[in-house]
Amino acid sequence: MTRHVRYYLPAIAVFIGGILLWEVAVRALHIQRFLLPPPSDIATALITNRDLLLQAGATTLLEAVGGFAIGLTGGLAVAFATARFALARGALMPFAIAANAIPIIAFAPIMNAWFGVTSPVSKMMIVAMLVFFPVMINTVRGLTSADAASLELMRSYAASEREILTRVRIPSALPYFFTAIKVAATLSLIGAIVGEYFGGATVALGRIIVESASFLRFAQAWSAIIVAAALGIGFYLIIIGIERIAMPWHASMRGRT
Amino acid sequence: MNNDVSAVVEVHELNKTFGNAGSETVALSGINLSIRPGELVSLIGPSGCGKSTLLRVIGDLTRPTSGTIEVNGKSATRARTDRDYGMVFQAPVLFDWRTIEANVGLPLEIIDMPKARRAQRIADMLALVELSDFARHHPWQLSGGMQQRAAIARALAFEPRLLLMDEPFGALDEMTRERMNTELLRIWEQTGTTIVFVTHSIPEAVFLSSRVVVMSARPGRITKIIEVDLPRPRSDETRTLDGYFELITEVREGLKSGHVAGTTS
Repeated sequence: MTRHVRYYLPAIAVFIGGILLWEVAVRALHIQRFLLPPPSDIATALITNRDLLLQAGATTLLEAVGGFAIGLTGGLAVAFATARFALARGALMPFAIAANAIPIIAFAPIMNAWFGVTSPVSKMMIVAMLVFFPVMINTVRGLTSADAASLELMRSYAASEREILTRVRIPSALPYFFTAIKVAATLSLIGAIVGEYFGGATVALGRIIVESASFLRFAQAWSAIIVAAALGIGFYLIIIGIERIAMPWHASMRGRT
Repeated sequence: MNNDVSAVVEVHELNKTFGNAGSETVALSGINLSIRPGELVSLIGPSGCGKSTLLRVIGDLTRPTSGTIEVNGKSATRARTDRDYGMVFQAPVLFDWRTIEANVGLPLEIIDMPKARRAQRIADMLALVELSDFARHHPWQLSGGMQQRAAIARALAFEPRLLLMDEPFGALDEMTRERMNTELLRIWEQTGTTIVFVTHSIPEAVFLSSRVVVMSARPGRITKIIEVDLPRPRSDETRTLDGYFELITEVREGLKSGHVAGTTS
């Protein structure tokens, strides 16, 4: 335990030092508070608006997690179907890779128009699109990443396709899959919040940030950003936790207790 | 060569070419080989002589272009689906996500062996290769030689009638390789499994084999088959016998003459 504390000590020191420096700099340099509020103002805004922020955070989180689930399910379903058939893979992968390279977030207003600007479904669809492509592409890569020798070994056992899938392809795909969903977890909150910038339920983090900023209530905007950051980090940590349980054997996990 | 039904492997006039017409490479040409039950036969030759290809044809990992191959009196494909083969490659090909015992048990899971019998079998195999203390370890925690022993335990787990080994000790240092050779002979004598062993090491081929099949490259064919009549059980002492050195010379000469014949043809 003390080893953990010592490991994280420099990071904690930098964090506290950074906050203090911010506070002191804003006061000492007389930076106008509406441009960059000091951390103490943001903390005050967090406390006074806590009920609103909790409710808004819940709305945004629901959109992010809902969209994540849709995108993940779709990405996995298409990946498994595609990985199985080389022809489908050859036909679909170039489009998937191209789609993954375009700024999907630009579709946010379109999704708002299609699925209703105030409906959480429109935000979920933006998130689902953002999540779908990295999950699908990486899972296909992972499922087809098993080396030739592993497949020949299974062939020498006269193993069925299903056995090869469950015993070789899926375990080989896990590192690729987790790389994708770590990216997707972050993307899902970005998608939900940016989707809200273009309109949505009033009590949502994206709306609070946009409206607070337009009324120059920057401390309040910052407090919503803090909640969004906390949600993003929390989501990411949950995925890392699942990753450690799912593949303790992986090189990146070795030597951890 | 007439078809001897008691042969484990019977290869007749086998050819294998890679590539398309016009740019094809002849990997194997006119191969005839008969391997008797309980033999340990080495295939030796320079790289590109098709020794690995021949092993892969026997193991039904690739198909011959022409000629016939029978394993235990059946087609190679039938032998594979009957699980007559155990295979050991140059790399151990152990799965990192499985412990050593789970890796050894992999083929047993595939043949649906009941769990209790499987556990017993895994324990026996690990004892055979002297890895019992490492059952719960993961592959990366073991040295290269230990990983290859685990791969051998896995290959022998369902008591295959034929063990195919493709340069299994090629990546090991000389000392470990010699120890593994002795180990392999002990395992072979205990199990009575027929072994086909691909190597490019002359001492290894002579030390292990009942017969050494010398091959030459371009096109890959058999130039000589040398009977190794060194006494068994073989040990480090075997490596000091006059007969051992004579056989090493004989294999070396065989490889050289094959090389000359290969370049002049």
